[in-house]
Amino acid sequence: MNKEPLFHITRNSNIKWYKAWIIRAIAIILALILCGIITSMTTGLNPIGVYGTMIDGVFGTSRRIWMLLQNMAILLCISLALAPAFKMKFWNLGGDGQSLMGALGAAAVMILLGDRLPSGLLIIVMIVVSILCGIIWAVIPAFFKAVFNTNETLFTLMMNYVAIQLVAFFVIVWEVPRGSGKIGIINQNTQAGWFPSLFGSKYMINLLVVIILTVLIYVYMNYTKHGYELAVVGESEATAKYVGIKTKRVVIRTMVLSGALCGIAGLLLVGGSEHTLTTTLVDGRGFTGVMVAWLAKFNPLVMILTTFLLVFLDRGATEITTIYGLNDSFGAIITGIILFFILGSEFFLNYRIAFRKSGKEAA
Amino acid sequence: MKSFKKVLAVVLSVIMVCGLLAACGGGAANTGKGDDGAKVVAGLICLHDENSTYDANFIKAFKEACESIGLKEGETYFVTTGVPEGQECYEEACNMAERGCNVVFADSFGHEDYMIEAAKEYPDVQFCHATGTKAHTEGLDNYHNAFADIFQGRFLAGVAAGMKLNEMIEAGEITADKAVMGYVGAFTYAEVISGYTSFYLGAKYMCPSVTMKVTFTGSWYDETKEKEGAQSLISSGCVLISQHADSMGAPTACETAGVPDISYNGSTVDSCPNTFIVSSRIDWAPYYKYCFDCVKNATAIDTDWTGTIETGSVVLTDVNEKAAAAGTADKIAEVSKAIQDGSLQVFDTTTFTVGGKALDSYMADVDTDPAYEGDTEVIENGAFQESKFRSAPYFDVQIDGIELLDTAF
Repeated sequence: MNKEPLFHITRNSNIKWYKAWIIRAIAIILALILCGIITSMTTGLNPIGVYGTMIDGVFGTSRRIWMLLQNMAILLCISLALAPAFKMKFWNLGGDGQSLMGALGAAAVMILLGDRLPSGLLIIVMIVVSILCGIIWAVIPAFFKAVFNTNETLFTLMMNYVAIQLVAFFVIVWEVPRGSGKIGIINQNTQAGWFPSLFGSKYMINLLVVIILTVLIYVYMNYTKHGYELAVVGESEATAKYVGIKTKRVVIRTMVLSGALCGIAGLLLVGGSEHTLTTTLVDGRGFTGVMVAWLAKFNPLVMILTTFLLVFLDRGATEITTIYGLNDSFGAIITGIILFFILGSEFFLNYRIAFRKSGKEAA
Repeated sequence: MKSFKKVLAVVLSVIMVCGLLAACGGGAANTGKGDDGAKVVAGLICLHDENSTYDANFIKAFKEACESIGLKEGETYFVTTGVPEGQECYEEACNMAERGCNVVFADSFGHEDYMIEAAKEYPDVQFCHATGTKAHTEGLDNYHNAFADIFQGRFLAGVAAGMKLNEMIEAGEITADKAVMGYVGAFTYAEVISGYTSFYLGAKYMCPSVTMKVTFTGSWYDETKEKEGAQSLISSGCVLISQHADSMGAPTACETAGVPDISYNGSTVDSCPNTFIVSSRIDWAPYYKYCFDCVKNATAIDTDWTGTIETGSVVLTDVNEKAAAAGTADKIAEVSKAIQDGSLQVFDTTTFTVGGKALDSYMADVDTDPAYEGDTEVIENGAFQESKFRSAPYFDVQIDGIELLDTAF
């Protein structure tokens, strides 16, 4: 009765790159087919038309392309912040809070010093303050992890809520008009602290900053001693200690970097696009960023692609709900299915399924 | 892996080129379609979707108004839901203009500043913002605010509440001094304060011994908090609940507890058949129709439009006879007439006191500024003149008889 199971799963780590991309392409095609079936079943719309509308919603006008790029820039910036920490196996779930603190810092400078400093100097102060705020919010859990070995997953997660409450408090301090619970656009008439347009676009600075950061983080993680050390700590802390890497220092140093990048994301949000402060400003990107970073296996260049995918789905979904008068949830369903297939394809990239040979069964 | 990196490099450069192209191509899409004057293309930007009673009220009215002049969804009218109160609102407003809309509406208070930014960029497109406060000081020809005399509707709903309390007192369920109402508010903001005060005064008009407790959620839409707020009010002795927050939280809490509820933004009788009495709401359809007419005839839209009972903007839903006191609908009609002919003023200063004294002068913050400075005398003809100097409410006085359990400024 020593019957072999119908199939068994084995690890498959050295898959060829083109095979990997074929599997991913199949996953996306399957997802699109399923979404198409669900679309025509539930709404009676032509799925090809729906996909066309999605693409139009993302690329249809120069404004839409800029919205895509701006949203990609912010999400990518936060994902870049998370990648080194995750590679070090420091589960930084505090991207939301760290970015929000950066935003709070930038907004505070704009509100309190907006009419006292010349614009150039004001922006420099904003940069410094928001990066510092991001760093402080990241270093606190890093310090406790390094010294007391606390659980960083919970710690960073909790710090998000503290940040949200702090922002809620300051929104009430600075709200206009009284009792409305919103700050509105900061310095709407003077534009003090707003990043200037570059080459005719408001978002060009954000885009350029994030492109530069992407390259820098790529180099940092792949070609520097720091990058190597954090990879070793991530693979095995014991090995790291054995070869003489000061793990505590690496943990704190990497989280300083992580917090600083999140602070920059907050800065770009407040100074570069939103010009306001709300508790929902970061919009869960600290968590979406985790998916971006993981899907790309912490390679900053691949993260550009995964960011594009997520932002594309998000913006495309908004467009189809507007054009076809569908409920918000419909966009979420489509996005969910596509993500499910893409995440699922990672399984087939990492494991091989071997079926029982029929000949054996006969014997 | 090497060729893989090459692919990535290509992708990266394509994205940069895209960016540059987008930078150069800016503004090309604005073709100034609205010039012919006759054809209306309209857009509505909403903070949430139909699951919020507040947004549902806007969406329903907008679709009704659009379809009444033969517009088609996705072609000549558009509704975008889930637009946050940030840059996204500005971009979506511009997006609407680029879709060819010549009039764009937004429904949430926090959208205002971003609508103003879009209005500056598209001077030929009309941008209309409900509940906002800045149009009369902003000086833009194509940016407008609108609201309605909803305090009158609240007062009428209050009349229904007062009658219900009287019925309970007569039936011996409560004594006159136990006529305590509960109110779930969003923020300690003028719009909310004006709403609960007029509601309270309406109830007091019928039931002089009534008092009220108010709790705030600190959010315009938070179903859990609204539900918990209503539950804690009920457990602290409130025998009737009303709310100014946008979810079904408070009405469903009332239905579960069997406590009568005066709803807002629309009827909740389907989910709460035993406890729903009546609801006041703003019907935005008259405003939308008015704006469409203006766009068609190329006439100016009022900078600050205030809907009234006459325009059909302030409406009450049908009274739910199962829960309401007998004769409620007739009484509401009678009081409504008195409000319309001016013989009854909602904020009549002889009907309430502030800190034990009559309110004979009050400087309201009509022109919004960061210092919340009072700038306009609003007590005239023996009453607080709400929504006269600006459509959005500015009544923010704490009157006697209403106890704030907490605040959320």
